[in-house]
Amino acid sequence: MNAAKELILKMADDELVIGHRNSEWTGLGPILEEDIAFSSMAQDKVGHSLALYTILQQQFKTPEPDQMAFHRSEKEFRCCHLVELPIGEYDFSLVRHFLFDHAEAIRYELLSTSSFEPLARLARKVKGELKYHVLHANSWMTRLGHGTEESHARIQLTLNFAMPYALGLFEESNEEVELITENIFPGEKQLREYWEERIREQLEKANLSFPEVKNEAIHIGGRKGYHTEHLHPLLEEMAQVFKLEEGVEW
Amino acid sequence: MKTKTPIVDPRIRRLDIDQSLSFDHLNVMEEWGTFEVFHQKKRGEQHVHAGVVHAPDPEMALVFAKEQYGRRLKCANIWVVKSSDIYSLGYENEDMFETTPEKMYREAGGYKIRDKINQYKKEQKLQQAVV
Repeated sequence: MNAAKELILKMADDELVIGHRNSEWTGLGPILEEDIAFSSMAQDKVGHSLALYTILQQQFKTPEPDQMAFHRSEKEFRCCHLVELPIGEYDFSLVRHFLFDHAEAIRYELLSTSSFEPLARLARKVKGELKYHVLHANSWMTRLGHGTEESHARIQLTLNFAMPYALGLFEESNEEVELITENIFPGEKQLREYWEERIREQLEKANLSFPEVKNEAIHIGGRKGYHTEHLHPLLEEMAQVFKLEEGVEW
Repeated sequence: MKTKTPIVDPRIRRLDIDQSLSFDHLNVMEEWGTFEVFHQKKRGEQHVHAGVVHAPDPEMALVFAKEQYGRRLKCANIWVVKSSDIYSLGYENEDMFETTPEKMYREAGGYKIRDKINQYKKEQKLQQAVV
């Protein structure tokens, strides 16, 4: 059972941190329509994290979701480095959204038949949301890949930069075997395989190439509690209002 | 479980968003056009005009319209139509509609039937009470 707990925790932390990062674009998006769409999706991510922390609380007696989000130290977080990075320019945020959301969508797809019923139920519930997130990401990638010389070059360079981080998403935990044998989740290796297949397919459509990354260049550590220098300030900022007056009713 | 084939309006083009690459390329600094968005609450109901989005092509217009106009209300379907494909009567022709409000006989409410219905309902009730 500890395996399921670890899996849900890293998923929740990924969702919370990328949700918070993407919400930093609210009011600053490149055009109004995109600003609203991107902000909405950021809200969805935070919503997923709430659902996951709630499952943890109900099934594993962890502290309540607000405590999990605002009251843990950096060391206790299990998010991957990809979600921690600052938003950068819009090309980076879009590419991260594309790489992360494909992995997220496939992960939930695989979980929709999980033997761990609360997770399977959530996976089926958010299916439509993720379908939209992936559609949004694909639409942008295709257009920017085929757009101007500049848009193509920027997206390709950003992909090259982001890929070693994106692959860190699939860092394995100590409980992979348990997850697989108990039919909770088919494991990070399997997920990465499916993901690479879809990313390659989309990149080809977008006239972009899949950057080859050496194993030793992949940014791992997040799943074990080792993070980039960007996570700490993000957590501080996120919990600022919460810590002003703890336990206050909104 | 047998899935019901949805009844589709043959006049509407359904964009196969994932497959199509047939968007128009924009030139640098060229502005995006606008698309009118129509929102359908439930299958079978009318699509109702909801507003406008800026977008470079119909697919992106759908992507934006989903969050712009489908994020709060219940939504079954969305249409987008290029604003420039809409034809309109000019306001200089507004006088054609001037006497319309007087033509109460064209509205169901224009017939004085409400009293009769209420009378009938009352009688029914009385009869039931007797039985």
